[in-house]
Amino acid sequence: MITLKDIQPGSSAKVRKVGGEGPTMRRIMDMGITKGCTVFVRKVAPLGDPIEISVRGYELSLRKGDAAHIIVESQ
Amino acid sequence: MAHTIALAGNPNSGKTSLFNELTGSTQYVGNWPGVTVEKKEGHLKQDRHYVVIDLPGIYSLSPYTLEEVITRDYLVDGRPDVVINVVDATNLERNLYLTTQLLETGIPVIIALNMIDIVEKRGEVIDAPALSLATGCPVVETSAVTKRGLKELINVTKNRIEKGGSPTILATFSQSTEKAISAIHAEIADTVPPELLRWYSVKLFERDEQVQQRVALSETQLEHIENIVKAVEEEHDDSAEGIITNDRYEYLSSIANRVHTNRRALGTLTTSDKIDRIVTNRFLALPLFFLIMWGVYYISIQSVGEFFIDSIELLFGDIASDTLGVWLLNVGTHPWLVGLLVDGIIAGVGAVLTFVPQMMILFFFLSFMEDVGYMARVAFIMDRIFRKFGLSGKSFIPMLIGTGCSVPAIMATRTIENQRDRRMTIMLTPFIPCGAKLPVFALLVGAFFPNSAWMASSMYLIGIGAVIVSGIFLKKTKAFAGDPAPFVMELPPYHMPRFKSVLLHMWERGREFIKKAGTIIAVASAAIWVLQSTSWSLQFVETQHSILASIGRFIAPVFKPLGFGQWEAAVATITGLLAKETIVATFGIVLGLGTVAEGDPSLVASVSQFFNPVSAYAFMIFTLFAAPCVAAIGATRREMNSVGWTATAILFQTGVAYFAAMVVYQVGSLLFL
Repeated sequence: MITLKDIQPGSSAKVRKVGGEGPTMRRIMDMGITKGCTVFVRKVAPLGDPIEISVRGYELSLRKGDAAHIIVESQ
Repeated sequence: MAHTIALAGNPNSGKTSLFNELTGSTQYVGNWPGVTVEKKEGHLKQDRHYVVIDLPGIYSLSPYTLEEVITRDYLVDGRPDVVINVVDATNLERNLYLTTQLLETGIPVIIALNMIDIVEKRGEVIDAPALSLATGCPVVETSAVTKRGLKELINVTKNRIEKGGSPTILATFSQSTEKAISAIHAEIADTVPPELLRWYSVKLFERDEQVQQRVALSETQLEHIENIVKAVEEEHDDSAEGIITNDRYEYLSSIANRVHTNRRALGTLTTSDKIDRIVTNRFLALPLFFLIMWGVYYISIQSVGEFFIDSIELLFGDIASDTLGVWLLNVGTHPWLVGLLVDGIIAGVGAVLTFVPQMMILFFFLSFMEDVGYMARVAFIMDRIFRKFGLSGKSFIPMLIGTGCSVPAIMATRTIENQRDRRMTIMLTPFIPCGAKLPVFALLVGAFFPNSAWMASSMYLIGIGAVIVSGIFLKKTKAFAGDPAPFVMELPPYHMPRFKSVLLHMWERGREFIKKAGTIIAVASAAIWVLQSTSWSLQFVETQHSILASIGRFIAPVFKPLGFGQWEAAVATITGLLAKETIVATFGIVLGLGTVAEGDPSLVASVSQFFNPVSAYAFMIFTLFAAPCVAAIGATRREMNSVGWTATAILFQTGVAYFAAMVVYQVGSLLFL
C-alpha cells in the first residue's frame, strides 16, 4: 500500500482513499484531496517536513504524518 | 427597511479588498458575540440602506473551526438577504466548494468572480454565463484591485434582494447520496423550517454533532437516519463526510472542466514557482529568511526608525513639555496640575509614541511580507521546528510580529485554527522581547556591559529558548496534551500587493498600539504621577515619601532573592505593567533625575550605582518574562475570551520570570561576584 508520504517530489499520484478521521482529515478533504483526484508532489520543506503538493490547480502544504493517511496509486 | 448583504469566501479570495471597496469608510470592526473572531460591518457606499457584513475567510462549513461555525450559525440564524460569495477565479474548483455549501443554507447567493483580470492575463477563459447556468447563481466578473465589475455587482445584488425567493437547489451529490438525503428530508420535514431542509439533511447525513444537537429529533428518528447513512457508507466504502466531500468535488470538477478553458498545463513553471525555487530551497531557505529579517530590523529599528524617534522626542520633550510647561506656569496654573499634565501625561504618552514610527515601519514590512505570500512560506519552512514543541509553523508569525509589539501579535494568533495551539501561542508570544522592552535593555546594557554586543541580543535568544522550553513543558500538562496541531495550509501564489492595502494592513496592526498610548497609557501615566508625587495624606511630596514609594517598600522584599529588593526597582516593575518602556522613565524619576531618556549619561551613572552586573541582568530577565503590559494583558483577555485563561497566562509568565531571574541572580552571584 502506497501513501502520499511515499511519493517522491516531482511525481504525481492518484488518490484512492483518504483514511483517518476527525478535523484534520476533514480539512484535508475540504481542501480538495478526495478520492480520484490527482496530486503532484512539488517539494519537501528544507527541514524534511512538511511537503508541498499541487491539487486542483493550487498549492497546499501538509505534514508527512497526515500524508501517510492518504492512500494513493503512483502514476 | 435595511437589507443585509453577507460577504463570504475563502481566505485569499480578495474578500477584504472587496469589502473595503463596497463600504468605503463606513466600516465598524467588532467581535462576533461570545467569541474572539473579528466581525466587520459597514454600509454600502452608494446606498446606506444596505448593511454589508464581512464573514470570516473560510474553506468550508464544517463544524471544526471557530470561523466556520460562526459563519454557518450566522447564515442559519441571522438569515442575511443575500450572500455575495467572493470566488477566486484563479482557483475555481476549491472556491466553488464553499459555494455549494452556501447554497444549501437556502439564502440567495451571488458569485463575485474575483481576480478575473489575473485569469485573463494568463490567457485562460472562464465562461461566466455558463457558470451562472451551472450554479443557478448570478455571476459577476470583478476585480477589487481595478474596481472592475463593482457597480454591476451592486446592481445585481439589489435586484436579487428585490426579487426575493430561495435559490435553486443543486443536486450536487451522486444518485444514491441524493436519495438518502431525500429520505432524511422526509424524516425531519416537520421539525425544521422548509428553507433549511436541505441544509439540515446534508448535515445530519454527515453526522454533524452540532446540528444533531440543534434539531430536536427523537431516538427513532436518529436511528432511522443512522440506518440510511450506514447503507450509503457501505455502498461507497467511505465515511459519510468523505462521500459528501467527494461528491461535491466531482460535481465541481465537471463544472470547472466545462466553464474554465485554455487552462495552463500542469507543471508549467510560473513566476511564483521560480521565486519558490529559491525561497524554499533546501540550502537557501533559512539563510535567506534570516537575511530578510535582519534587513527588516535594520531598516525599521535602526536607520529610518531612529530618525523618526529623534524627531518625536524633540516634539514631546523639548517643544511640548518644556515650552508648554513654562507657558502654563506663566499664566498662573497650579504647579501640581502642570506636573500632572507635563511630567505625567505628556511625558508618559510621548514615551510610548516615540515607538510608533519604528513599530509602523516594522508592521509595514511584516504586512508586505504577508500580503506578498512570504509569511506562508515562513510557516512552511519553520513548521518542523515548531512541531517539536507542540505548535505549528503558523505560531511563528505571531512571534515574529511580537518582536514589534505583543498586542498585534496576540491578535495575529487568529490564523491558528486549533484552540489549544492558539492559547499556547498567546501565552508564549510575550516572551519574545517587544520593541518596548528594548530601551530597558539598552539602559542596563549601556550601564553595565557597554562593550558587549551580544548582551542585548542575548535577550532574543533567551526569549526564544524560553518559548521552546515552555512549549515542551506546557505540552506535558493536561490542558495542552494531545496530538500535534494539524498543519494543512494553502501556499498562495506570490503576488505584488497594492501599496494601499499594505498600508491599510499596517494601520490595522499599528492602531492598537496608538490607541493604547491615547487611552490606557494616558490614564495610567496620570495615575502613576499622582501616586509618586503625593503622600498618603495627599500632600505634594518628593518621590521617596510618596504613596508609590511606600507600596514599593512593601513589595520590595519579594524581589530580594532576585537581587533587586530595593523599593525603586519594585516601583519600576509596577510601572512596567503599564508599558515596559516606562521602566526607564520611572528609574529617572525614582532616582531623582526627572524626565530622562535611556541614553542619558546621568541616568546611566545612577543606574550603575544602583544595580550590580548580575542583579542588572536578573532585572532584564525579569522584565523579559514578567506579565506583559496592560495593553497586552487586555489583548490576551480578548483573544482568550476567558478570565481564567488570562489569569493562568499572567501567573505562568510571572512565575517563569521570577524563577528565571532568581536562578540568574543566585547562580550568577556565586560565579561572578
